[in-house]
Amino acid sequence: MSVWREVVGQEPALAILTKAVADPAALTHAWLFTGPPGSGRSVAARAFAGALLCPQGGCGECRECRTAVDGTHADVDIVATEGLSIKVDQARDLVQLAARRPSVGRWRIIIVEDADRLTEHSGNGLLKAIEEPTARTIWVLCAPSVEDVLITLRSRSRQVRLRTPPVEAVAALLVERDGIDPAMARYAARAAQSHVGVARRLARDEGARIRRRQVITMPMRISGVGDAIGAASDLMAIAEEEKEGALTERNTAEKERLLATLGADPAARTQPPHIRSQLAALEKEQKTRATRFTRDVVDRTLVDLLSAYRDALVLRTQAPVALVNEDTMDTVSGLARAFGADGLLRAMTAIGTARERIAANVPPLLALEAMAISLRVPR
Amino acid sequence: MSETVAVAQRVPPLVLIHGPESILIERALSQVAADLRLAQPEIEISRLSGVAYDAGTLPMEASPSLFGEARALIIRDADEGSEAFQTDLLAVLPDASEDLVLVVVHKGGARGKKIVDALKSAKARVIDTPAIKTDRDKQDFTTNEFRRAGRKATPDAVRALIEALGSDVAELASACQQLISDTTGLIDEQVVMTYHGGKVEATGFRVADAAIAGDAAEALRLLRHAIATGLDPVPIVAVLASQLRQLVKVGAAGRGRSADLARDLGMAPWQIDRARRALSGWSGDALGHCIQAVAAADFEVKGGGRDPVYAVERAILTIAAEHGR
Ligand SMILES: [Zn+2]
Repeated sequence: MSVWREVVGQEPALAILTKAVADPAALTHAWLFTGPPGSGRSVAARAFAGALLCPQGGCGECRECRTAVDGTHADVDIVATEGLSIKVDQARDLVQLAARRPSVGRWRIIIVEDADRLTEHSGNGLLKAIEEPTARTIWVLCAPSVEDVLITLRSRSRQVRLRTPPVEAVAALLVERDGIDPAMARYAARAAQSHVGVARRLARDEGARIRRRQVITMPMRISGVGDAIGAASDLMAIAEEEKEGALTERNTAEKERLLATLGADPAARTQPPHIRSQLAALEKEQKTRATRFTRDVVDRTLVDLLSAYRDALVLRTQAPVALVNEDTMDTVSGLARAFGADGLLRAMTAIGTARERIAANVPPLLALEAMAISLRVPR
Repeated sequence: MSETVAVAQRVPPLVLIHGPESILIERALSQVAADLRLAQPEIEISRLSGVAYDAGTLPMEASPSLFGEARALIIRDADEGSEAFQTDLLAVLPDASEDLVLVVVHKGGARGKKIVDALKSAKARVIDTPAIKTDRDKQDFTTNEFRRAGRKATPDAVRALIEALGSDVAELASACQQLISDTTGLIDEQVVMTYHGGKVEATGFRVADAAIAGDAAEALRLLRHAIATGLDPVPIVAVLASQLRQLVKVGAAGRGRSADLARDLGMAPWQIDRARRALSGWSGDALGHCIQAVAAADFEVKGGGRDPVYAVERAILTIAAEHGR
C-alpha cells in the first residue's frame, strides 16, 4: 500500500514528489500542480500532503495518510471554491491560516484546488504569504495549466505537471480500488477519456451511462434550426438531471447540519431572524454552487459531444488512434459520412466556442443553441 | 391549483401536498389550516420537519392526547427525511383519523417516494403544487391570483406582467398582490405598465419586438434610451434570445391549434399567436443566424469584448437585417 495508490499514470511527477518528501530540508514551500481536468490534481495534492505528514513517508495506512487523503487532517486545509472566483476575504483568511504553526503534524499544508480562480486581487493577497512562507507551511496550488495562474504566483512556485493518465491505468484503478468488472472499467475509462471521477460515476451509475449515450447519439438528429434548438434544450435537461442527482442530498445534509448547529426547530413555520439570515446565506451559497456545477456538467457534456466528432475525424482520416465511442459506432460513422474533414473541424470549433462562452458566463442554453445551429448535418 | 380556491372544505384525515413550488405549498398549507380551524375551532396544530428529524418524535406526537382533543400534524420536507423519519411516518399513517389529521408536504423527487405511494393508496387528499416554470404555468398562476381576489385582468395585462416580472415567481406573486391592493376595477395593460413598465425586461421586449419586425431604427432608439437611463444590457440580450427561441419553436412546430401547441411547448397561447404573426418574413436559417449573433453579443457583453453596448446594437442590426431575407 502507498498513499500514492490513486495517483494514476503519473510516473514523472511522482519521481519529483517522492524525492521532495525524502529530503525535507530542501523542501520547496510553494508548489503548483498543473494538468488537464481529470488528471487528478487534487488527488495528487492530497497524497503529497499525506506523504509529507506520514512518519514513513506515505505508507497509505496510517492515520496521517488516511486523513490527509480524505481531507480531514487537522493540518491539511483544502480550499475548494464553489463560486466563479476566490474572493479577497477568503484569501485574507488563508494568509492568517498560513501564519499558524501546524497543530499536530510536522507541516501545515494548504491546498488551493482552483488556483485559476484567484483574481488579481485575491491572488496578490496571497503573494506575501507564499513569498515569505512560515517555516512549517507548504502551499500546493492546483490549476489546469500554468497560463491560468497569475504570473506573480507561478513565478514563485515549483511546477509539477500531471498528464491525462492512460485509459488502461484508469481502468486498472477502477478494478482494483472500486471492485468494478474489468470490461465495464475499460468502457468507463475510455468513455470518460481517462477522467477518474467521471469514469467511476459511469461505471457505477446506469443513469450516467444512459445520459452520456443520449448526448453522443444526438448529433445525427440535428438537421434544421428547430432540431438544433430542441437538441440544446435536451442537452440542458440532461445536465440538470445530472446536477439534481449530485447536489440534492448534499444540500439537504448541509441544511440539517446548520439548523442543528443553530439549535433551530426545523419544523417552525417561520424561523427567528438570525436563523433566517443564516439559512438565506446557505441557500445563496448553494445556488451559486448549483450554477457553477451546472456549468461544469454542461462542459463535461460538451467534452463527450466533442469526442463523437473527434472519433468521426479519426475514422475519416484512418488515423491509428483508439476511438472513444466504440459502443456508438452508428453515430460516429454517420458523422464521418455526413461531414467532410473540414466540416468536422468546424463542428469541433463550434463546440469549443460554446465551452468558452459558457466559461465566460453566457447562459448555457443560449451558448448551446448557437453551437447546435452550427452542428446541423449537411443535406 | 384547483384545490387552492378559497372555499372551506372538510379536511380528510390524510392530506398530501405534493410538488416543489414553495409559493403554492404555502398557499395550500394556509388553506388547509384555515379549513381545519373552521371545522374544529379548538384543533391543536403542531408542526415538524423531515429535516433534522429525531427518531421517535412522530409516534410520540401522534399518540392519543390525555383529553382527547382534535389535533393536526403538519409534516414538512418529507422528501428530505432520513430512513428513520420515513419508517416513523409510515408507521403512524394508519393512526390518522378525524381527530388526528396528518398533512404531509413532499416536494417531489425519488427520495421518500414510499411515503407518497402509501399516502396515495390510503386515499389521502392530494394537492399538487407543481413547479411554475413555463410561461403557460405563469399565465395560469397569474390569472388565478386575480381570480382568487375576485378581480379581473385582461389577457394583455397578464402578458405584460409576465414579461416584466416572470423570471421570478415570488416577484410575480407579490406584483399581483400589489396590483390587487393598489388598484380598483379592471386590470389592463395600461395599469400594469404604470406600475411595472420601467422594468428592464419590459424594455427588452419592446426592443425585441421592434428588431424582429425589422424596424432597426426603433429598436436602436429604445435600446439607447434604456442604456441612457442606466439599464443593464444583459437582461435585454436575454430577452432577445428568448424571443428568437420562441419563434424557432413555434415555426418548427408547424400548424395546429394554439392551445395544443401552447401545451406542447410550455408557452402561453397568446405567445403562440404572437409568434405566428411575427413569423411571417422569417425563415429558419435566418432565425438561426440571429441566435448565433445574439450568443456572440452575450459573450461580448459578459466581458469578451470592449464595448458591450455596441455588441448589442450589432445583434439588433443583424436581426433587423435578417427579417424578410
Ligand atoms: Zn502513512
